[in-house]
Amino acid sequence: MSDPYGDRGNKDLSIGNSKGMGSEMPQSGGTSFAAPGGPFLIGDGMTAGYGKGPDILHDCTIAVDKGEIAVIVGPNGAGKSTGMKAVFGMLDMRKGHVRLDGEDITDLSPQDRVSKGMGFVPQTSNIFTSMTVEENLEMGAFIRTDDFSDTMAQVYDLFPILKEKRLQAAGELSGGQRQQVAVGRALMTQPKVLMLDEPTAGVSPIVMDELFDRIIEVARTGIPILMVEQNARQALEIADKGYVLVQGANAYTGTGKELLADPEVRKSFLGG
Amino acid sequence: MDFLNAIIALANYVLIPGIAYGSQLALGALGVTLVYSILRFSNFAHGDTMAMGAMATVLMTWLFQSWGISLGPLPTALLALPFGILFAVGLVLFTDRTVYRFYRVKKAQPVILVIVSLGVTFIYNGVTRFIIGADDQSFFDGERFIISAREFKKATGLAEGLSFKTTQGITIVTAIVVVALLFWFLNKTRAGKSMRAYSDNEDLALLSGINPERVVMITWMIVATLATIAGVLYGLDKSFKPFTYFQLLLPIFASAIVGGLGNPLGAIAGGFVIAFSEVTITYAWKKVLVYLMPESLEPSGLVQLLSTDYKFAVSFVILLIVLLFKPTGLFKGQAV
Repeated sequence: MSDPYGDRGNKDLSIGNSKGMGSEMPQSGGTSFAAPGGPFLIGDGMTAGYGKGPDILHDCTIAVDKGEIAVIVGPNGAGKSTGMKAVFGMLDMRKGHVRLDGEDITDLSPQDRVSKGMGFVPQTSNIFTSMTVEENLEMGAFIRTDDFSDTMAQVYDLFPILKEKRLQAAGELSGGQRQQVAVGRALMTQPKVLMLDEPTAGVSPIVMDELFDRIIEVARTGIPILMVEQNARQALEIADKGYVLVQGANAYTGTGKELLADPEVRKSFLGG
Repeated sequence: MDFLNAIIALANYVLIPGIAYGSQLALGALGVTLVYSILRFSNFAHGDTMAMGAMATVLMTWLFQSWGISLGPLPTALLALPFGILFAVGLVLFTDRTVYRFYRVKKAQPVILVIVSLGVTFIYNGVTRFIIGADDQSFFDGERFIISAREFKKATGLAEGLSFKTTQGITIVTAIVVVALLFWFLNKTRAGKSMRAYSDNEDLALLSGINPERVVMITWMIVATLATIAGVLYGLDKSFKPFTYFQLLLPIFASAIVGGLGNPLGAIAGGFVIAFSEVTITYAWKKVLVYLMPESLEPSGLVQLLSTDYKFAVSFVILLIVLLFKPTGLFKGQAV
């Protein structure tokens, strides 16, 4: 039997507006508890998949410590984004734990993790296209009840182009500028850790270099960054820690430099 | 003089009724467009939500009238309106909790919710008729005219009279106030912005800490308020009859789609486009033309393009024309 709540391919937008419709996300309700020790953020031995589907991650471990940039690289379909989403609680975890700042948050929903201090920038649909840049940032700060004008000023300092375009609809910006809006939106909560899912996807090499520079600047403000990247070589150059995933499992782990120097990694993923 | 008479006749039979009807449609279409953009389905129950809200207002009005409470020259219904709104808000929130939420949690596709809303329509429709009956109900009281045709003729000495009904005046003023409040709310307040964010990108709104259930609740409350106000204004201006609200669904949807579904500004523009098309096409132009044309060219017929019985066809045709040439509506809405 097909999905009883599906629309069997209906494309008539006059009766329903499926654009921007949410995906099924775990409901909030779980609790967190203290689990001291270990790195600042760690997805430890994660075995996970979507809904009732098969396991995609197999005993995969991803971690980032204070003041670090950790990068997840790997071939297509290796489960890089999936690993990131698992850390953020968007998957069904079957085995393993996620710990943030000495707290076990495995059972928390994504929205609860945001209020715990995780900032997440999805790969696609990561901005409110119909709203202005400034409104995007305001929505990023939605959970904050205090005055966030100085955070907004910091974001504008970090991304000067956003200040220039702050009254323009975010959907009208270029790809690189959109990514800056997306990162800026995530920074508005003053997260304790920032997770970026392929921030340079679909932008030109020049814009990519600029985005990497900006990401390093964000890291210098003291926020640990966990990032998935297609451009493995460049990403590993700025990484303090690198994870090479293959078929949902850790294949190689080390500092960025170690991985770049590793002949095996070079041969299989960096093109010699 | 003939020219002035022509303008007065035009204002009396086309402009003023058109603006009043357009305001009512615009308020209705705003409700439809809000549900469409935030709850993501076309709410077929909107017409009957209007009927339910108006019904509650009518009942309260009768109660006030029996107590001898009145607003002097203004209709008592204005005093009863807040109670009607409260009833409608309670009703849609109850419906959402018992019916729509089940499908929302399951992430049912919009087309499923459309059919669900059709079911809700039939229930509302039946309940309304069960409570208040299927007949016309009069609940207007107070001063009938702001300017009556006879006074106008006496004051100006023109052959044509201009009448401006109290209900038309109230409709226009209320519509302006409500629309201004709605736009202020959507664009300036935190809750309004969170509604727009949710409409734009549900997942990201969730990740920004916006509570979807709260957004949905606020949306329903606004929609119920708009529906009740539109329903009561229409009922005051014409008369309250449950079935007319079901029929109003067509011009209201036509307004929302013509203006651009999901675009509040479009809903307002669409309301006036549909209202004026309906009024001008079903109006007998003979009177105006007689004033304007030389005697030899005076029309012998009524110069009415369509009988008023066919006024609903007008909405359909406008809808078709707009969709053929501008599928996103006059303002940028969702492509249909």
